[in-house]
Amino acid sequence: MKPDGVLGEQKMTLKRFFLQWEWMLVLIFLLVNLVNAFLSPYYLDLISIRDATMTFLDKAFIVLPMVFILILGQIDISVASTVALSSVIMADLYNRGLPMEWAIVVCLAVGALCGWINGFLLVKFKELSSVIVTLGTMILYRGIAYIILEDQSAGKFPEWFSYLGWGYVGGIPFILIVFIVLAVIFGLVLHQTTFGRHLYAMGSNLTASQFSGIRTNRITLIVFTLAGLMAAVTALFLASRMGSTRPNVANGYELDVIAMAVLGGVSTAGGKGRMIGAVIAVFLIGLLRYGLGLVNVPAQTLLVIIGALLIFAVMVPKLSGLKRKTAHRLAGKN
Amino acid sequence: MAEYLLELREITKTFPGVKALDSVQFKLKPGEIHALMGENGAGKSTFIKVITGVHAPDAGEILFNGEKVELKHPRDAQKLGIAAIYQHVTCYPDLSVTENIFMGHELLAKRTKRILWKEMHAEAKKWLKELGADFDPRTQMGSLSVAQQQIVEISKALSMDAKIIIMDEPTAALTQRESEELYKIAERLRDKGVSIIFITHRFEDMYRLASRVTVFRDSRYIGTWKIDEISHDDLIVAMVGREVSQLFPEKKASKGEELLRVEGLGKNGYFADVSFTLHRGEILGLTGLVGAGRSELCQAIYGISPYDRGKLFLRGKETRIQNPLQAIGSGIGYLPEDRQKQGLILEWGIDRNITLPVLHKFSNKGWLNRKQEQKMAKNLADKLLVKANSIFASAASLSGGNQQKIVVAKLLAADLDILILDEPTKGVDVGAKSAIYEIIHDLAAQGYGIILVSSEMPEVIGMSDRILVMRSGRLSAILDSDGVTQEMILQAAMGTHAVDQPLRQRA
Repeated sequence: MKPDGVLGEQKMTLKRFFLQWEWMLVLIFLLVNLVNAFLSPYYLDLISIRDATMTFLDKAFIVLPMVFILILGQIDISVASTVALSSVIMADLYNRGLPMEWAIVVCLAVGALCGWINGFLLVKFKELSSVIVTLGTMILYRGIAYIILEDQSAGKFPEWFSYLGWGYVGGIPFILIVFIVLAVIFGLVLHQTTFGRHLYAMGSNLTASQFSGIRTNRITLIVFTLAGLMAAVTALFLASRMGSTRPNVANGYELDVIAMAVLGGVSTAGGKGRMIGAVIAVFLIGLLRYGLGLVNVPAQTLLVIIGALLIFAVMVPKLSGLKRKTAHRLAGKN
Repeated sequence: MAEYLLELREITKTFPGVKALDSVQFKLKPGEIHALMGENGAGKSTFIKVITGVHAPDAGEILFNGEKVELKHPRDAQKLGIAAIYQHVTCYPDLSVTENIFMGHELLAKRTKRILWKEMHAEAKKWLKELGADFDPRTQMGSLSVAQQQIVEISKALSMDAKIIIMDEPTAALTQRESEELYKIAERLRDKGVSIIFITHRFEDMYRLASRVTVFRDSRYIGTWKIDEISHDDLIVAMVGREVSQLFPEKKASKGEELLRVEGLGKNGYFADVSFTLHRGEILGLTGLVGAGRSELCQAIYGISPYDRGKLFLRGKETRIQNPLQAIGSGIGYLPEDRQKQGLILEWGIDRNITLPVLHKFSNKGWLNRKQEQKMAKNLADKLLVKANSIFASAASLSGGNQQKIVVAKLLAADLDILILDEPTKGVDVGAKSAIYEIIHDLAAQGYGIILVSSEMPEVIGMSDRILVMRSGRLSAILDSDGVTQEMILQAAMGTHAVDQPLRQRA
């Protein structure tokens, strides 16, 4: 140990700083924009980019708690079904005469409950993995949504409700503002609080965390409940933008969301990753889709590109020297 | 036949930034048990990896039966009949004993390549019997004890016609009685002509088994001696490089008021009817065979898996501990037995590890103050003389002794007065051991009440004021450490009295 008063250096050279995965993402992000701008003269129009964010940000709300869950070393694949169930119940209750304000509250409550059930099952039955538990509830929640609406769509929401998905505040989409605010809050909680530190601890070594007096059950419950709640937030914005909802809504969102988090540098093995990476990845994938859509690249090709990008993202750190440096920094970075 | 079955000359192995072996030599005679000793980090592990073909040396040569060989791959070593048995058995816990023994060299029918189960089971049974084990080879590996698993591993080595068996700290996880069994097996193997390299921290193992001993220190070869030609003290000097004047320091603390009292504590299936008291400044030894319920008792007091019967009094007040957080809040700390799995987050820095249990101390409504945190970690690390480049060095990069100091620092970070130390010197070398003993005594002198759980008799006797002995989940004796002998403890630990009539004696 160094002499008194010297903590020893936490080596953070310029090189190290730029070797972080987030810079790689920023680079890809700029590249995507460049290619898009080159392909389509319409791309670099701020107004249309602004409006494009409205179309891909709805699912991004789930990315925020998904980062928490992945850092815990868990996974939640039931979130898309939670979106469907909470929005379907909201629409159904509204159509049965409940005031929209209350329907929204119920929507959020249903989402939180769905998430809480996942957490409860995981805490109660420790031998079950989160993939299995949330696979079960994924099918279950979607099933209930179908029972309620029977493959119909429901909507005719009041005029003001469309503001969520379509409104602007000072020229900036409302949804973008809400997302940025929530992302900042989630980021601060993850990196600046004891709660965040405990998440990293649990994902790195659950047993040692328990022995250190961390209330692991409570944290698991909170995080999964949060995921359900944020899925309900997605449900609100989605229903608002579409003007209606149906049981098969948000199909496949769970994998999109996990893909964004992983592309953002969050490890599915737990304990590693940062919020900023995931947020960059949200915009990266969103704008990539939008840009390539502008030049009429078919949706199927888009899937191929995004899939390749994801594999690239998880492989690059292993191939280059990037991994050890970032992994080391990311390990305890909160 | 050459004089030496295996001879290593001037072996050097460098990893980025570290010289793990520095022109080391080693000579193994046929049919001998050769102890290899040295502190953690002396280069023993790298040495094994060179012999077993995991790492190729950068320089030097290896002679097998007088002929020069190159071990580039574990397969090369296997072909020569070199096998290693590790402390933590590397096996397939879900497969049967037979499958574990024959993994990679199954007996197959000549034409159809069908697996010959019957023959394999019979063969496995034969090997086990040869080693004095009588369990069924169809048993699932994971259901066996560590000692039994080691026997399976040895059977596997024999089934592959091993001529050299390397045992890496095989007795570390074994009880006294199991170690004795292992000694017998080793002797039987020796008599059959197998050479054994026995790596250990326990002098007991060495004196009991080995005919010669080689000592490494700081990646260098120090010397090889016949066991009866070197004194115990000289051996320690060879290992540590200086004299460890006294392994167990003088007692400094005096007994204060009562801190902890348990009455009739019990947990179904683990322990029952445990009563004792712990005073300020006292070191209470807790010993017994592995499986006697020591760790379970401690973890119940710490709230990991709560007790279901009996009463617990803290400073005279009855308290019920439900979880570790509550235990820490009530002043009870626990140093777990497995520091890597239960005590540390290996990829984290020293600072974050130390502060993990007490983050609330430098946070305001949950927001962390990193400066304060690092200051506290730095202070504690300095106090315990942790050797590291900085407090941001990862726990994984530290030696065993320094890792243990970090776990101790975690306890000191919290405001505790009762410390339960579960095997605090397990797997640490002699030098670090005496440092940890020193720390424990200092803590007692500062007014901590300490429960020291240990399987090592000399440690229990040398450190404790009183000694609790457990047998089959019950307290079989509370002994005063003055004048107590290993025999007295062993008798209480193994005992002849029926389990349901616990022996209570006060010396």
